[in-house]
Order: sequence, then C-alpha cells, then structure tokens
Amino acid sequence: MKQRQFEALNAQQWTGMESLLEQLEAVRQQAVPDHPAVRDFPKRYRRICHQHALAIERGYSLALVERLNNMILRGRRQLYRFKLPVAAPLRELFLVGFPRAVREQGAWNLASAAVFVFSLALVWALVMWQPEMVYALLDEQSVSMMEEMYDPASSLAEDRTGSDDVTMFGYYIYNNIGIAFRTFAGGLFFGVGALFIMFFNGGYFGAVAAHLINVEHHEPFFTFVVAHGAPELTAIVLAGGCGLRLGWSLIAPGPHTRLTALKRAASQAMPVMYGVFFLLLAAAFIEAFWSPRDLPAAIKYSVGGALWLMVLSYLLLGGRRAGAARAD
Amino acid sequence: MLQKNLPAVKQVIDERLRLRTPEGAQLTLVPAGIMARLVAFAIDMAIRIAIYIGAAIILGLMESISGGLMLILIFLLEWFYPVVFELFMNGQTPGKRTMGIAVVHSDGSPVTANGSIVRNLLRTADMFPVFYLAGFLSMLISRRFQRLGDLAADTLVIHLEQGSRPAAVVNVPEQAPDWPVDVQDQQTLVSFLERGQALTPERRQELARIVFPEMTDQEAERHALGVARHLLGDA
Repeated sequence: MKQRQFEALNAQQWTGMESLLEQLEAVRQQAVPDHPAVRDFPKRYRRICHQHALAIERGYSLALVERLNNMILRGRRQLYRFKLPVAAPLRELFLVGFPRAVREQGAWNLASAAVFVFSLALVWALVMWQPEMVYALLDEQSVSMMEEMYDPASSLAEDRTGSDDVTMFGYYIYNNIGIAFRTFAGGLFFGVGALFIMFFNGGYFGAVAAHLINVEHHEPFFTFVVAHGAPELTAIVLAGGCGLRLGWSLIAPGPHTRLTALKRAASQAMPVMYGVFFLLLAAAFIEAFWSPRDLPAAIKYSVGGALWLMVLSYLLLGGRRAGAARAD
Repeated sequence: MLQKNLPAVKQVIDERLRLRTPEGAQLTLVPAGIMARLVAFAIDMAIRIAIYIGAAIILGLMESISGGLMLILIFLLEWFYPVVFELFMNGQTPGKRTMGIAVVHSDGSPVTANGSIVRNLLRTADMFPVFYLAGFLSMLISRRFQRLGDLAADTLVIHLEQGSRPAAVVNVPEQAPDWPVDVQDQQTLVSFLERGQALTPERRQELARIVFPEMTDQEAERHALGVARHLLGDA
C-alpha cells in the first residue's frame, strides 16, 4: 500500500485520536469523563501503535512516522497518567511503610546518629573543658543572643505573643524541613554532604548546650528543647541516614551499576523522607506552640520524655503486625 | 538495472532515544537540551517571584502573622511548586508548558509521585555549589541531558512535539523508479522530498546526483522528486 492510500484510509482515525488526546490533556482533575470514546481509548491507542509499526516497516515518510510517534507518546502519557494517591497510601505509610522503611535502613540511621552524637559529644566536652572555645565555634553575637534567649531571669513566655508563635512556626518549617531535604540531597555526593550536615548540626547543638551549662542557663534551654527534640532530632538523623544510603549506593553499588543502585536507593529511601517531612511538621508545631510555654520543669521533662518514648517505640515497633498480616 | 546504494536515513547521529513500549511500539523521545530547560526554569522563577510579591502585598495587611505565613509559602513554593505541577499537569510546570517540554520517566511513561519528589528534593544537589553547576555538568555528561535529580529519579525532560514539518508541495511529474526500490531507498527519497525545501537548490541537486549520477543537476533533482512522489502515491 502506498503512503497516500494509507493516509487516506486512516486520516479520520488519526484526527479523531488527536482531538481526543487534546480533550484528555485538558482534563486536569483526576476524574476522566466516562465517555464511549474514552472507554475505547486503549483500543485506539493500540491501533495507532500498530499503524506506527507498519509505517516504519513500509518505509513511509518520516513526517508520518513522527506524527504517529507523537500520538503514541501523548497517548501513553494519558493511558498511564498519575492517579491522585488518596487517603489509603498515606494511611499505609503511617501504619506500616514508614516505620518499616526506617528499620530496613537501620544501619544507615545508626551511622548517621553516630556521627551526630560523636560531634555533639566532642564539642560538648571541648566547650565544658575550655569554656572560651565556644567563641571559636559560634560568633559572639549569636552566643549573646543564646544567653539572652535562655536567661532564667527573664521568662520566655512573658513578652511572647500568639503571632510570634506563628512566625516561629513558619520559620521552623522553612528552616528545619529545608535542612532535612538538603541533608538527603547532600548524600548524592558520595555521602559527604550528609555527613557534613550531621557533623555540623551535632557540633552546633553541643556547643550551645555546653555553653549554656557553663553560664548556668541550662534549665530554660533543656526544658525548651526536650519535647520537640524527639521528632526533630530523630527526623534529622533519619534524613542523614537516607543521604548516607544514597552516597553508599554510589560508592559500593554491589551487583548493580552505579546508576541502578542510585535509583534503587533513592526510591527505597522515599518512604523515610515522607515520614521525615511529617515528623518535622509535628516538631515545628510543638516547638512553636508548646516549647515556649512557661511550665514547671517536671511537666516539660515528662512530656518530653513521653514524646521521645512515643517516637522511638513507633519507629521500632510500628508496622510489625500489619507486615505479618500482609505476608499471609 | 543495479541496486542503488542510497545512504540510509536510519543511521543518524542525534540525541534521540529509541525505546520499545509494552505495546510493541518503537517510540522515539527527544530529550530537551539545556537552553530549553533554562528558559523554562526562568519562566517558573518569574512566576514564583510574582507570587511572592503578591503574597507580600496581601500579607502586609495582616502584619502580625505575615512573617510566619510568608516563610511557609516560601518553603512550599521552593520545594513543591514543580512537584505539584508535574503531577497534576502532565509533567509540565507553566515554564515547561511554554517551552513544549515535559518530565517523563525514562521509559516514556508519565512521571510518578515518587519520581517527581525525588527529582525535586535532589535539586539542592544540582544547585551545588552555585548556579546549578553540578546539574549543568551532569547534563553535559549524561547522554540524555539528565541532571543529578533526574538520574536518581529515573526521569528525563523531553520535547513533546518533535517538530514535524508539513510535507512540501512540489510540482514535478510523477516518475516510476527504474530499479527495485527497497525500504531504505524509499525512506531516503521520501525524506528528500519532505525536507529538501529546507536546503539550498545547490545542495538539493548535489544530493540528487548521488541517486542519478548519470544526469545533469536539474534533471537529477526533478527525477528524484518524481520518484519520491511516485513512491508516496501522490496522484
């Protein structure tokens, strides 16, 4: 069959397909209208695939092959279009996916935590031993700001208003979740970026904590951080774990090519990163609205302790039973 | 008459990716280059800046909580602006839509939630150390113009329309070939007919002489076009 005959024979089908594609592409919501033309779509798509193959085989012109190729490409994008993940995947993530994914990369989380704790302990000990070392690590302005912020003589809650809480909530989201995402991304450079951020944050926390102990401002500080520290520090450590995992997949890809190993590591780390996001959201909320409240230390410590217990037991025990049920 | 050994059109050196879909189609993808993506990025950036300015004006009215809401807005736009558009608008942010490019997985299927989030979270790695230098190098090295985030997410940015030109109208009489034409000959001649108008007459004649070395320049061109029309089945 000559090309012009072929074109004349199928012209109607093609223009029909093209206008259907245009209609489907205009639909942005996930609900695609239930229409006979839409129900027919897979069949029409397969027919175009067939005609495309014929066109190549019979040596028809490149313009025609390209036209059919475009139709297939667009059709494919409609056929396999993204479906909005509704409540079910999220529920699955919280009940099963997240804690399991965390345990699955347990070694990386431990490594990340070890770096964090090591640098924290190192700097803490250093500043306890040589108090003026804090000025080598932090600049004078931020040190005096810290001292002022956690001064037991002045109450934190006194001149703090509701709008301050909202401002700080925004700041914690912007800053902390950003740090977690960057830690993950930093892992791409053979883990160095993630290591650096974990090391830096551990050291920073150690310096501040030790210095505030030195100037005896520790009680306001520890009562402030104990509650939101549970989700926040956990999340940062987990983000570091994800980053290290990415980096390691490039250093030692095992039986895969480096690229494949990276893709696998990235997609397997994603449930953890989703969880990190929600943990930090919770942390920002607690940090902005609970931590600055002026309450007896005993209450703050017990709430903080309860939160630590909750977060850790959730990550260690969550999703075990559901996993067993799913394996049946 | 002898076979004519015309140069094959198939063995070209270009950036196109050929892949097979489960339906058995041999799909061709054209990855988008750095310029197209840069312009798309600039457009998206301009849109975000416009939103920030608009939000600053509106939030300025309720001063007390504006700082916090603004930071949340910056956080959401900087990290999730591309994700939302890529998922809900067929892999295209407004900038990409303007440029006619879209994000797809490397098998040509639309980008998934995981894929889009991975490629956009890892954007920071691409920005390292300044001005997307890491991403730029990665795109230069990668055969498919992928930045680091694309490599990890297994995605690429492609041109949606592959710039097919309408067939040129040529007024030459149809001419039956005097040799057994195989598929490759046919494709070459038909491409010559379709794309020849973009070439200078001298170049067209030079190409036609490869097919009909025994003829004069003008004759060879008319002959080649005539045979091509015959093969197409032009009336």
